[in-house]
Amino acid sequence: MKLSEPFTIESFYRHVGEGRLTAARCLNCDSMLLPPRPLCPVCLASDMEWLELGGKGKVKTFTVIHIAPREFRDNAPYAVAIVELEEGVRITGQVRGVRSEEVEIGMEVEIAFESNESGEWPSWARYHFKPV
Amino acid sequence: MRGKPLAAIVSAGMSRFGVLEGRYSREIFSEAAREAFEGCPNLDPKSDIQGVFVGQMAGESFEHQGHWGPVLADWAGLLPAPATRFETACASSASAMRSAIFSLRSGMYDVVLAGGVEKMTNRTTEEVTEFLGFGADHPFETFQGLTFPGLYALMANAHIHRYGTTEEQMAMVAVKSHRYGALNPKAHFQREITLEKALSSRVVAWPLKLYDCCPISDGAACLVLTRPELARRYTDVPVYIVGSGHASDSIALHEREELTSLKAARLAAAEAYEMSGVEPGDIDVAEVHDCFTIAELIAYEDLDFCARGEGGLMIEEGRTEMAGEIPVNISGGLKSKGHPVGATGAAQTYEIFRQLRGEAGESQVEDAEVGLTHSVGGSGATAVINIYGRG
Repeated sequence: MKLSEPFTIESFYRHVGEGRLTAARCLNCDSMLLPPRPLCPVCLASDMEWLELGGKGKVKTFTVIHIAPREFRDNAPYAVAIVELEEGVRITGQVRGVRSEEVEIGMEVEIAFESNESGEWPSWARYHFKPV
Repeated sequence: MRGKPLAAIVSAGMSRFGVLEGRYSREIFSEAAREAFEGCPNLDPKSDIQGVFVGQMAGESFEHQGHWGPVLADWAGLLPAPATRFETACASSASAMRSAIFSLRSGMYDVVLAGGVEKMTNRTTEEVTEFLGFGADHPFETFQGLTFPGLYALMANAHIHRYGTTEEQMAMVAVKSHRYGALNPKAHFQREITLEKALSSRVVAWPLKLYDCCPISDGAACLVLTRPELARRYTDVPVYIVGSGHASDSIALHEREELTSLKAARLAAAEAYEMSGVEPGDIDVAEVHDCFTIAELIAYEDLDFCARGEGGLMIEEGRTEMAGEIPVNISGGLKSKGHPVGATGAAQTYEIFRQLRGEAGESQVEDAEVGLTHSVGGSGATAVINIYGRG
């Protein structure tokens, strides 16, 4: 990875577009930051390095959205989970590739990547989770 | 209680909550201001009120209107008083009140108006879902398709999984809220519901159903605050703010230490209890932020009304009913009274003001002397907690 790449959400989603899940690691206090940030919220240092995560984890909690905003209207009902990744950090994402009523807490999932054709800001690439 | 009160409330006003067809924020706010002014004959609003502090969450989207401070001061007839708008999602007017208190404590002002308003029913449910989502994390929550009911559903599911809380216990919160909302002539919903009706309502974000969610409402509330030593100029029955706490947490739920408790609420409660010398067992009446039924159960735990994980048991045993050990949301709460987001914090204080003055009519809790309000912004990135005592 390029050393000059800023530790921003824009960079995070550029990596998603490349099929990679990344976080920042604070070189001062070793905190893992997902999303990456330019200033460590734990120790206030700004020396970071990029980490590539494995994208595997477990469902910590989930819901099934029936009333969705306009952008997601056609997907409803859909499951959204907080996933605890093997590296210890958590992230929120949809769970697909399984009937929403079969999603459960503790379920093992892995990340999948997709493009974003919406044409609206933000044009970030998308990710979701699917059962292992 | 100990120490000097932070501020005194000498009058309060609240519009009716609900679908206020054809009326927008500024007009609804006027209605609340008029009640506050009429309720305080010794107050000359135009000469006495030196500052205006208002909460408004998302008027840019709901009404194509920003710059709410002067708009609302103008429609309350208070120009040229300096006016500022505060935004902490659903806790916006609780935050406005905090700054109003600071302005009095600093000695800058003697009398101020604090309040809030939201107009929401002019929009579709889809639009409201999107606008309320502004109080959540955009890049990692709403961009993923998460909604506000969805965020509280994530907490509810975690609470069910960890403590065995049930969907029935959550529905009991809705039944209680509607029972008391039926006594409140200003409530959005003034009818009782059955447990069966709540449990069989359609799913919004599983495990939360329609009756686990507060409605989309219009409404406004405001308070006239003064320095404690000046309170008797304006009323013989002031209500004092004796403790206040406020804390922040990460905007995204997944970054929090816990998914079954709001750390910001626990910290704000500790601050308010410590400042006032009041203990949870001393509270006679409380208004808590039940934007969703699970939020009320978590509030019981975060406020130390019961042990962690026992919120479901507390509602089941009737301990927060009007005749229970700590009556909670006797106004009908956000669930039945309504939740015009920018107005809610001030509306909770309006209810406590009436309760502590013995003016709550059919909803009156007997001998209410110590009250508490618990206001939450978003999924818990903001919490503001105030404790009140009768003068």
